[in-house]
Amino acid sequence: MGASSLIVLICAAVAFSAGGIAIAKFMVKGTKNTAKGEAYECGIPAKGTPWDQFNVGYYLFALIFLIFDVELIFLYPWAVVVKSIGWPAFVEIVIFMFILFMGFLYAHKKGALKWM
Amino acid sequence: MFSLENITNTTHTWLNQTFSPTLALLTEFLIVGVLVIGLFAVLGLVLVFMERKVSAVMQIRLGPNRVGPMGIFQTLADTLKLVMKEGLTPNGADKFLFNLAPFVVMITAMLILAPIAFAKGFQMWDINIGVLYVSAISSISVIGILMAGWASNNKYSLLGAMRSGAQIVSYELSAGLAVLSIVILSGSLSISDIIASQQNGWWIFKGHIPAIIAFVIFIIAVTAETNRAPFDLAEAESELTAGFHTEYSGMKFALFFLAEYVNIFIVCAIGATLFFGGWMPFHIGSWTAFNNIMDYIPSSIWFFGKTFFLIFLIMWFRWTFPRLRIDQLLNLEWKYLLPISMFNLLLMTFVAIMGWYF
Repeated sequence: MGASSLIVLICAAVAFSAGGIAIAKFMVKGTKNTAKGEAYECGIPAKGTPWDQFNVGYYLFALIFLIFDVELIFLYPWAVVVKSIGWPAFVEIVIFMFILFMGFLYAHKKGALKWM
Repeated sequence: MFSLENITNTTHTWLNQTFSPTLALLTEFLIVGVLVIGLFAVLGLVLVFMERKVSAVMQIRLGPNRVGPMGIFQTLADTLKLVMKEGLTPNGADKFLFNLAPFVVMITAMLILAPIAFAKGFQMWDINIGVLYVSAISSISVIGILMAGWASNNKYSLLGAMRSGAQIVSYELSAGLAVLSIVILSGSLSISDIIASQQNGWWIFKGHIPAIIAFVIFIIAVTAETNRAPFDLAEAESELTAGFHTEYSGMKFALFFLAEYVNIFIVCAIGATLFFGGWMPFHIGSWTAFNNIMDYIPSSIWFFGKTFFLIFLIMWFRWTFPRLRIDQLLNLEWKYLLPISMFNLLLMTFVAIMGWYF
């Protein structure tokens, strides 16, 4: 079907989700209650806002992920041709991975992979 | 012969002979759309029922057995219940993003279906970068999850969403490297080429030790990527009530739930395609007689059989391993799986260049 299948799939997903939600809206007769709209935090009244500053501790992982994800993108075209090129491609990728791995070890030694 | 490929071809020619090309194309779009929606609904019903029955067997109990024979209508009844529930939007939530998030998750789940080959010649889009397409689209679903968690105005949701983001993003690396080792062997990114390259045996048997290591890494990584136990930190019900979909109810919750199960099906389908040959029957090298006998089993049965075997494996994990802590989870990925998969990739390259595979 080619690339037009993407449009069909997006339309199908939207129709499925919107249809389900619309049917549910039609079937349900909701009641009004002020307690209904409150945030559910195990019954304890919610204090403060979640849209606040707090230490997440994931951003170092995100940074290292970015490096390796870019590496992965470089590896995709390489993986397709490596069998036909042979040893030169192998040597090059060993050098490439060695440099990246050194960076990874540096991050590890700096304690970037330690939790909190 | 009766096969999905013949049915699609016959339908295509009949439509083009009967109607004008535009109308025929539109009818095909409509048929594909209805089929995909049907697949989603059936997958949801079957997988939820399978999950409950598998857990019941693992825990030596009966599982659902009241609604219909053997309880097969249990999920249908559950769906009906979810449709009857009111879909709440909490006060102070970001209403637009809150309502958009289920759509994003569903659309990404649907889009990944495009390059998957369900049977011989039964594929929506035979794109030449199929594997890259799958990994690119599957990383969008994390945006939907973060959107849901952030927009809910709930601390549990936000924490669950951030855990989920860190987890999906981390394990994507080892999953990608495991996929790449098969790409090295088959020399193509296209799903149909990868399946065709397994005509004389599946890669898990032909690729020696590196292929088996890659398969183990792939299964661990996709279990984490789909937020399944033992990596279900994002919705750890004993710590975060329900993680990023705490505030969702009714049909919107059902959409998240469905997308989760469809994602399990999709990653298992990709795993079956890469390591077990997709729709390719079980072939052994040049044993022509044996291969011909195997060809009598329809290709769709091979595909769904392998996929459901992998789904069963992932369900089995849930009742075998206790849940990890978030630091253990990130340690496992960054200190063990990532270095192992990098060296495995080099080992696979070595094996491929030396020609030490069948």
